[in-house]
Amino acid sequence: MSKDIYVIAEQRDGVLAKVGKELIGEATKLAADLGEKVVAVVLGSKIKEEAAKLYAYGADEVVVIDNPVLKSYTTEPYAKALTELIAKCEPNIVLFGATSIGRDLAPRVAGRVHTGLTADCTGLAIDEETKLLLMTRPAFGGNIMATIVCKDYRPQMATVRPGVMKALEKDASKTGEVKVLDVALTAADMNVEILEEVKETKKAVDITEAKILVSGGRGIGSAKGFDMLRECAAELGGEVASSRSCVDAGWIESDRQVGQTGKTVRPELYIACGISGAIQHVAGMENSEFVVSINKNDTAAIFSVSDLGVVGDVNVIIPKLTEALKKYNAEKNN
Amino acid sequence: MKIVVCIKQVPDTTEVKLDPKTNTLIRDGVPSIINPDDKAGIEAALTLKEQLGGTVTVVCMGPPQADVALREALAMGCDDAILMSDRAFGGSDTYATAHVIAAGLKTLDYDLIITGRQAIDGDTAQVGPQIAEQLGIPQVSYAAEVKTAEDGAVVVKRQFEDRYQLLKVKTPCLITALSELAQPRYMTVSGIVNAYNKEVKVLTFEDVKNNLNPDFIGLKGSPTNVKQSFTKQVKGAGTVINVSADEAVKTIMDKLIEKHII
Repeated sequence: MSKDIYVIAEQRDGVLAKVGKELIGEATKLAADLGEKVVAVVLGSKIKEEAAKLYAYGADEVVVIDNPVLKSYTTEPYAKALTELIAKCEPNIVLFGATSIGRDLAPRVAGRVHTGLTADCTGLAIDEETKLLLMTRPAFGGNIMATIVCKDYRPQMATVRPGVMKALEKDASKTGEVKVLDVALTAADMNVEILEEVKETKKAVDITEAKILVSGGRGIGSAKGFDMLRECAAELGGEVASSRSCVDAGWIESDRQVGQTGKTVRPELYIACGISGAIQHVAGMENSEFVVSINKNDTAAIFSVSDLGVVGDVNVIIPKLTEALKKYNAEKNN
Repeated sequence: MKIVVCIKQVPDTTEVKLDPKTNTLIRDGVPSIINPDDKAGIEAALTLKEQLGGTVTVVCMGPPQADVALREALAMGCDDAILMSDRAFGGSDTYATAHVIAAGLKTLDYDLIITGRQAIDGDTAQVGPQIAEQLGIPQVSYAAEVKTAEDGAVVVKRQFEDRYQLLKVKTPCLITALSELAQPRYMTVSGIVNAYNKEVKVLTFEDVKNNLNPDFIGLKGSPTNVKQSFTKQVKGAGTVINVSADEAVKTIMDKLIEKHII
């Protein structure tokens, strides 16, 4: 009988990704509804010590599959290891981060074990009657939401976008033994050869981690508009983000993009500057705690998802806001 | 090199609007296009063919109307087009779709299969890897560059959020194309004329039934089902002010202080 919720917690360079902790946080709620356990699974090489940290984030059990072949991510060894884990442990539910790793690995594994997989979920719940996992995700570019179930096959599998779920507060008092699952993997299991692996430092900024985002849309007029936003963001101790149109126009790097095809963010403050509020954009920022939007058009859709909407010219208001913040910060520091 | 590109015809989701009264999707008049990532895949295939010789076959599963998408691919320069169309395929989720498409691909001879990373109507990114799994060949997803190596292998720049890998993979294999893989060319006039002179081969359930398990396709064969769909509840609007810039800045500052954000 299939049971328990398995979270595949991703690591890169031996460091756990935030999304795994978020998924464990969410899984603890689902597990409570089901009366099952949360098992965190980490695949990697010499990863035991790092994996143990997941107890503090709510895992009931931590399992590692530790093998030199799993040091860098490649599809086949990871898929083989997970397929074996699923065969041995018979999980009820398996969750992955919807990252460039999770979205490569999960479909391959779901295909191999022949079960259903729901991509990029933004909501998970347990059906009270059937105890099925209700997997809710946006479709049609965020225009509609669909709730998907996987009735007849196990495990029920889903990928979940980073930034959507909340990790539990770290509780250092929670510890446990890390279990090791032995999977026979050799270099022969790799069907691709890694010629080179290069970290891209320009991508160091992770807007999903930022507490404050000052985000620009077409209304800021040009790439130069982002200089103005950067100055404002610096005063707020935040980062600059963007709508898709600015990325398409080449005004800013794509890793700053918020929305359906970009990132999902939930900062404490989101200032939308000259962003019309297309549904695809809103899909990526609607969980922000406080939204201020500035737009010339008084019927802009962004106002309907804003706590404070300001009708006006961003190119006038933002420099004035930056000045006001400078003054405020200077006074605060005196 | 024999290259097969799998494409999907999708509604242009950027043109989809919500009816403000009923809060439902207005689908009428929404143009159908070749999924953007798939189109980049077609371009990458055509470029490889120009360098190495060979053929580019384009495959699409969909309703009869998807013929238009295949004609467009032919007009861009693809050699052959195959439409997999049958009521039995309808309602397939990603597993079932991959099962059907793989059955069609098994009728072909291929070195390299290219799919788009994801389709803009579903955004799942699952069908490409699941086709590779069904065919038992290696996959490289999130391909930002592709070139061939001397020994017939391909070298793919595989993009991650924070890094890339250069991967060498033996053929036959499947790669999923990011839209930045290649900038699609336009159709030429002669290409369009040729496209309508060419035959789009149709594969029905009967044609591929020996390559698939009929219990694994269509709505019934899909492991996942849509329980319900709904339009999103939008967050309630707050206040909207239309005042002078100085007053607006003061209001913003007051709010940020009130909310302890600054």
